[in-house]
Amino acid sequence: MRSEWAGFNKGVWEKEINVRDFIQKNYTPYDGDDSFLVGPTQRTKDLWDQVLELSKKEREAGGVLDMDTKIISTITSHGPGYLNKDKETIVGFQTDKPFKRSLQPYGGIRMAVKACEDNGYTVDPEIVEFFTTHRKTHNAGVFDAYTPEMRACRSSHVITGLPDAYGRGRIIGDYRRVALYGVDRLIEDKTEQKNSTRTIMYSDVIREREELSEQIRALQELKKLGEIYGYDISKPATNVKEAIQWMYFGYLAAVKEQNGAAMSLGRTSTFIDVYAERDLANGTFTEEEIQEFVDHFIMKLRLVKFARTPEYNALFSGDPQWVTESIGGVGIDGRHMVTKMSYRYLHTLSNLGTAPEPNLTVLWSTRLPESFKRFCAKTSIQSSSVQYENDDLMRVTHGDDYAIACCVSSMRVGKEMQFFGARANLAKCLLYALNGGVDEISKKQVGPKYRPVEGEYLDFDDVMDKYKDMMQWLARVYVNALNIIHYMHDKYCYERIQMALHDKKVTRWFATGVAGLSVVADSLSAIKYAKVKPIRDEDGVIVDFEVEGDFPKYGNDDDRVDEIAADLVKTFMSYVKGNHTYRGGIPTTSILTITSNVVYGKNTGSTPDGRKKGEAFAPGANPMHKRDTHGAVASLASVAKLPFSEAQDGISNTFSIIPDALGKESQVFVGDIDIDLDLNK
Amino acid sequence: MVGHIHSIESCGTVDGPGLRFVVFVKGCPMRCQYCHNPDTWEMTGGTDMTVDEIMDQFNHKKDFYKNGGITVTGGEPLMQIEFVTELFRAAKAQGVHTCLDTSGITFKKDKEAVIEKFDRLMEVTDLVMLDIKHIDPEEHIKLTRQKNDDILAFAHYIDEKGIEIWIRHVVVEGITLKEEYLKRLGQFMATLHHVKALDVLPYHNMGEVKYENLGIEYPLKGMKSLDKSKAVWARGIILEAYREEKKKQSLEKNS
Repeated sequence: MRSEWAGFNKGVWEKEINVRDFIQKNYTPYDGDDSFLVGPTQRTKDLWDQVLELSKKEREAGGVLDMDTKIISTITSHGPGYLNKDKETIVGFQTDKPFKRSLQPYGGIRMAVKACEDNGYTVDPEIVEFFTTHRKTHNAGVFDAYTPEMRACRSSHVITGLPDAYGRGRIIGDYRRVALYGVDRLIEDKTEQKNSTRTIMYSDVIREREELSEQIRALQELKKLGEIYGYDISKPATNVKEAIQWMYFGYLAAVKEQNGAAMSLGRTSTFIDVYAERDLANGTFTEEEIQEFVDHFIMKLRLVKFARTPEYNALFSGDPQWVTESIGGVGIDGRHMVTKMSYRYLHTLSNLGTAPEPNLTVLWSTRLPESFKRFCAKTSIQSSSVQYENDDLMRVTHGDDYAIACCVSSMRVGKEMQFFGARANLAKCLLYALNGGVDEISKKQVGPKYRPVEGEYLDFDDVMDKYKDMMQWLARVYVNALNIIHYMHDKYCYERIQMALHDKKVTRWFATGVAGLSVVADSLSAIKYAKVKPIRDEDGVIVDFEVEGDFPKYGNDDDRVDEIAADLVKTFMSYVKGNHTYRGGIPTTSILTITSNVVYGKNTGSTPDGRKKGEAFAPGANPMHKRDTHGAVASLASVAKLPFSEAQDGISNTFSIIPDALGKESQVFVGDIDIDLDLNK
Repeated sequence: MVGHIHSIESCGTVDGPGLRFVVFVKGCPMRCQYCHNPDTWEMTGGTDMTVDEIMDQFNHKKDFYKNGGITVTGGEPLMQIEFVTELFRAAKAQGVHTCLDTSGITFKKDKEAVIEKFDRLMEVTDLVMLDIKHIDPEEHIKLTRQKNDDILAFAHYIDEKGIEIWIRHVVVEGITLKEEYLKRLGQFMATLHHVKALDVLPYHNMGEVKYENLGIEYPLKGMKSLDKSKAVWARGIILEAYREEKKKQSLEKNS
C-alpha cells in the first residue's frame, strides 16, 4: 500500500479508480450528537469579516466588484489569489484575486461581452474579434444548426432557458479522486483508456480519442494549478487538510473553465471524514483545526462567482452557482452514511452564518440517526439554508454514491453525467393546442397549423386529443433542439476537467423539463368538471376564458385532478422518449422550476384555470398559489402522486412555513414536549 | 354516522404529538370571550361527512402521520360525542393515535347515561387536550357563560382512567393573567396524575376579523395580543404551584 494510504482498509479501490469502494471500506458512521462541534477560530472570523466587507463593496458597486476583460480563463490562466495568505488554510480563487469574475467566452462570446457590458466593463476588442472571426463558440455553433421552427419556439418561450448561449453545467466531476489518487495516477488511468480505444476510426472513436487527449491535458494543467499555489498534487493527499485542498483544486479547475448553469460539488463530506478520523486518531490535527479547514473550504465555495447578464439572473432569480453538496443518505448495505464531517459541513452555517451557497443538501432517509435528524432540524430553523431530498427514493436508482447537481438532478458521481435541458412550457403548449399552433401573445403561427378548437365551450376529450398532438410536436422540436445544443457544447465548450474526473464509460442522462404543470392540471380539470368558455379576440385567437362553476384543484389530495397531473407527466415523457437523443442519452424529465416560474408565466397568456396573462406559474410541481385549501399535507400528498419513475430528473415542491406553525417555539419543536416533572427543582 | 364538520387541516403541528390530521367539528355551547373560532359555534353550516369519508381522506395521506395521528377539535367535539366515538373507534382499529381537544363542557358527573357515553369514547381515546378556561368558578361563568365544576370533574374522570392529559390554558390580561388564578390552576393540576404537558397560550386577537365577518360584536374589542414572554412567565407560575403542591402531597404521604 502507498504510504499516503497508511491506516486505510484495503479494497479494490487500490487497484482501480473506485472512490465508492474506498468510502464503504473506510468510513465511520456517527450516531452521536452535535456536542463535539467547535466554533470558528479567530482566523476564520477575520477572513469572513474580510469577505463581508468585500461583499458589501460588491453590492455597493451594483453587484459586481471586478471583472476580467483580457485574460481568457483556463485552469492555469491566473497567478495565485488570496484573501489573506497567512490566514487561509485552504487556498485558490478563480482569478488572481477574490471577487474578480473570470472571462469565459467558449459558451458564447456574445454572452461574455454582454455580461461585461451590463456591468460596466468592456471585453478586450481583440478577444471579441478572435472569438467572432477565428474561434467559434458553442453559441455560434448552435445557431448555425437551429431550424426556423426551433428559433420560433425559442422566441415565443414555449421552450425556455435552453443552454444555447451559456455553459450547460450539471456535470459533477469526481473531485475526490484528486485527493485519493493524486493527479499522476489519474493521468495514467486516462492514458490507458486512450490506448485501449477501438482502432477503426468511426466518428465516435475519433471523438473519444480527442476527448481523452483533452482530459489528459486538463489533468496536467490541474497539477500546474496546484503548483501555482505551492502544492504538489501529483500524489495522493496525506491528511485531511490536503484532501480538502486537493479536492478543491479539482473543483476550482472546473469553475475556472466552465461558467455552467449549475456547478455542483458532489458528495464529499463522508469521503473527507475518513481522513479526518485518521488524523484525529494519529493526533495530526485537532477538532478545531479540522473545523477550520472545513470552514475555509466552504468559504471558498461561497465565493465562486461568474460573469452573468441581468436577464440570466432574472431567469434564475439571483446569481446562483448551485454549488450543491450532498450530505448523509444511507448505504446499500444498510449503514447510514452520516459522519462527523456531515455535521461539520452543516455547522459552517453557524460558524460563518447562513448562506445560500454552497447548496447544502441532506439526502434524507427515515433511517438517518435520530440525533442527526434533530441537528438538521435545528440547523434548518436557525439558518433556513438546508435543502432536503428523498434518499429512500433515489437510492433505488442511483445507489449510494450519487450526488445532486443543481437542485434535484441525481447522478452517480464520476459515472453519470447529465445533458441539461431547460424546460418546455406545458401551459403555453395547451394554448397552442386550443389555437391551432398560433401564439396567443404574438399571434404568430409557431406550432403546426392543426385544427383549433371550435364552439362556445371547451370539450374535454376534444381538448385532450388536440393537446396530445401538440405535446408530441413540442417534444420533438424540444428534444432535437437539445440534440444540437449538446453536440455543439461537446464540440466547442467541452468540460474537459470534469470529464477527466469521470470513468471512461459514462451514462448520460438526457434531461428535459416541464413548466406549468399545475396550471395545466387545473385547466384540464376546469374543462372537465366546470364549464369553460373561451374568449376570442378579433383575429379569432383565444386570449381569455370564462369559467362557470367550480372544479377540483391540484394540491388538495383529490384524485380527480391529481391523476390528470400524473398522466400529463407520463404522456409528455412518452413523447420525449419517442425521439432520438444525442450520444445515447437516456431521457428523463424534471418538474422543478424553482425560480424561473415567474418568467415562464410572464410569457404565457391567460389559461383555462382562471390564471390571467402574465401571472406567474407555481414553482416546480407546486399547486397554484392559494388553490390548496386542505392544508400542507394534502398539498404534499398531491405532489407525491407524480410518478418519480417518469420524472427521474427530479420533482420539486417549494414549501415555506413560518417557524411558529411547526410548533410552539424552536425549543419545543426540537426538544421534548413533556413538562418538567422534576420536583426537586 | 355523519358528523357536522367545519373543516379539516391536514398539517396539524400543534394539536397533539407529531404531525396530525385535524378535524374541526361544528357546534360549541361555550361563548369564551377570546374564542378565535366563532365560526364553529353554531351546529349549522359546514359539511356533513361520514366516518368513512374522513378515514378515507386520512388514509390517503397516512404515511405522513406515522408519528402523529388524528385530533378532533372544534367547536366542541363532545357536542357530537357519538360521532367522535365512532371516528376514534375506526382510527384505533387501524392503530392510529387519537387525540380529543376539548373543554370537557358536556360532562355531567351525576348522570349515568352521560358517563356511559363518555366511557365509550374514552375506550378509544389516547390523549385528551383539556382546555381549562378559568380555574375560578365565578370568573369561568363570566368568561364562558358556563360553569366549570363539571369540567374539573371531567379532568378527574379521565385521570382515573389513566388517559394522558395535556392541559391548555389561554392567558388574557385582566382575565386569567393573575398570579392567584395561575397558582390555583397549578394546584388543581397537581391533583391529577397523568398530566404530560402544559400549554400556556398567549391571547391573540387574530379571531377578531371573523367576528366582523359574522356580524357578531367582539367581546374583547381593543384588547391587544399578549406578549409571548408573559405566557412564559405564567407557565412558570403554574408549574411552580404544581410542584409545590406535589411536594406537599408526597410529604403527607410519607408522614
